[in-house]
Amino acid sequence: MLSFSAESLEHSDINEKLRSTKEDCSVDGCCGQRFIAAGMSGKDITVSGIPGNALGAYLNGANITVLGNAQDAVGDTMNDGRIVVHGNIGDAAGYAMRGGRIYVRGNAGYRAGIHMKAYQDKYPVMIIGGKAGSFLGEYQAGGVIVVLNLDTPEDKIVGFFPCTGMHGGKMFLRSECENVIFPEQVTARPANEEDFQEIRNYLTEYCETFGLNLNDILSGPFTVVIPDSKNPYKRMYVPN
Amino acid sequence: MAVDFIYPEFEVIRNEDRCIACRACERQCANEVHFFSTEREKMMSDESKCVNCQRCVSLCPTRALKIVKSDCTLRENANWQNETIREVYKQAASGGVLLSSMGNPKPMPVYWDKILINASQVTNPPIDPLREPMETKVFLGKKPDKIRRDEKGNIICDLPPQVELSMPIMFSAMSYGSISYNAHCSLARAATELGIVYNTGEGGLHEDFYKYGKNTIVQVASGRFGVHEVYLEAGAAIEIKMGQGAKPGIGGHLPGTKIVDDVSRTRMIPEGSDAISPAPHHDIYSIEDLRQLVYSLKEATEYKKPIIVKVAAVHNIAAIASGIARSGADIIAIDGFRGGTGAAPTRIRDNVGIPIELALASVDRRLRDEGIRNNVSLVVGGSVRSASDVVKAIALGADACYIATAALLALGCHLCRTCQTGKCNWGIATQRPDLVKRLNPDMGSERLVNLMTAWRHEIMEIMGAMGINSIEALRGNRLMLRGVGLNEKELEILGIAHAGE
Repeated sequence: MLSFSAESLEHSDINEKLRSTKEDCSVDGCCGQRFIAAGMSGKDITVSGIPGNALGAYLNGANITVLGNAQDAVGDTMNDGRIVVHGNIGDAAGYAMRGGRIYVRGNAGYRAGIHMKAYQDKYPVMIIGGKAGSFLGEYQAGGVIVVLNLDTPEDKIVGFFPCTGMHGGKMFLRSECENVIFPEQVTARPANEEDFQEIRNYLTEYCETFGLNLNDILSGPFTVVIPDSKNPYKRMYVPN
Repeated sequence: MAVDFIYPEFEVIRNEDRCIACRACERQCANEVHFFSTEREKMMSDESKCVNCQRCVSLCPTRALKIVKSDCTLRENANWQNETIREVYKQAASGGVLLSSMGNPKPMPVYWDKILINASQVTNPPIDPLREPMETKVFLGKKPDKIRRDEKGNIICDLPPQVELSMPIMFSAMSYGSISYNAHCSLARAATELGIVYNTGEGGLHEDFYKYGKNTIVQVASGRFGVHEVYLEAGAAIEIKMGQGAKPGIGGHLPGTKIVDDVSRTRMIPEGSDAISPAPHHDIYSIEDLRQLVYSLKEATEYKKPIIVKVAAVHNIAAIASGIARSGADIIAIDGFRGGTGAAPTRIRDNVGIPIELALASVDRRLRDEGIRNNVSLVVGGSVRSASDVVKAIALGADACYIATAALLALGCHLCRTCQTGKCNWGIATQRPDLVKRLNPDMGSERLVNLMTAWRHEIMEIMGAMGINSIEALRGNRLMLRGVGLNEKELEILGIAHAGE
């Protein structure tokens, strides 16, 4: 295990140290350095303090644990691996992620899971323990986004305009969603047993990670959102 | 409805004396224009399906066919032209957004054609490229401000990463999906043979083409299709696509019907699912955000790859380019409003953006004024059609040019402008196996190599005539250009004098 302090290190220095070893790494005292572990694979990395934007961008199999909050663009275009954040995350988390898992204990900012994909054995999963901001899962094309709203159930679970342009994948919101407005091209309905089967393993792993009780979480009402078509714009054009 | 009837735009003229009813035209036409009538015992045609791609004309063994523009038109009207009226009919019938292919066909000014090149006479001799050395090689990337030495006085050579090109031309982005496997194969092989680069577009890199990586630019666009660590490592440079000249400000939709088999594998999305590239990158709302994407790519590739940021030429392009130059990008690519496309909304293609010549001239000047021109290389595209266009672009300040339509023409494109149908009879803009195989990559790459070799020679001849023996000495050398028929403002923006001055 390689442990080092991020104090007075630039992002390129941190990544150089992370790349220099095959061992697992622990980075302390992180304070806003960006791009940590970009494109990395094959190791566990623990970060304390607050990593900056684009943590784990293009991540290719490494496992990152952040003991505090993380900022914007966590797991941008991530391909594989796991990012666990014990606090909150900023905006645009998991943009275009194709595989791997992002588990957040707290809230997510705006534009989480935009254009998430899925491909063959790649199936991206994002579980947000708290609430999510506006534009959640815009253009979602695959994978699954789960929002649990564990901490402030009286608050609205997601902001404005979730699922706009959604054309693949699934979204689970632990709420009846009576106050959430969805766009026309998706169907929102209560989750059934089959739906739960799809996410049970991920939720179990999530609960183990954060010391939560799976049955408590499953007891809440869940709304499932799926797109009506994987070709949402087919009829929009006329050849000229 | 009768009101929807539009008389076919083209007529198929078949010379009955020459036609031997061999049915070659029928086999060649994916639009199903030609058919054999057993009743009449002769070849017939349904010209309403004809797109004038000239495939049947080219392959008719007896030269019995020609395609002509129909003279059956609506009453002439300079304001309400035929095309305008037809477009209204189409939209009234369908409610659809008009979708077109290839570059803006409108009679907008082409500034290349209003710029003339200088030549040496008497006082400074021209150079003969046939017997004197002439350098067409260029390096794209950030250049250092000054020479640095270590304590022993040796030059420190830690140059930022560069793209080396044997000539100042690159094949610009066309995705696998919008064009065929054989088209990509031809481009990749030709680029490798020529010592230049081609560009994957936003459709990912096919597994068979990783071996051409040194001559490949891999693109990262808003949909992030096919983008993963190995892909980023594969190319000579990484291009962030912010915009495209044919459709500035909007994204792209590759319809699910074209996401078949290999295309799905290369894009890393399921078959049949629309590939939607959103209009913005959802993580880029500012220059600072762009800097973040630039540096995330640099970090992921350990600072070994130059980063290109491609934008469409729009009104405020000089300020935009200044921002990009400060974002950490190594190369700025600017795409003019005449640039091509596999599909774009007609109204956007024909009305949004500005000519590349003006954009280039004002960007080059702005970057010089701000003292940051050497922080970036400038690549321009958006209808560079010939070696002389290339020379003019370099004299206006470009480091290199992007070409695509010219490259497609070399592959057999006949500019019928119906790429969006996916039924390209020349095997280029299609994924239908029977059509794709019509483009032979051996022949395709050879024709591309021929074209570029010819252009390179022409570039050397034009430079030699000016008494210039390297691209370096031509770049930004606006004294070598004069305008004809341009007004004061146009000359001022281009930074050139009028002919005769």
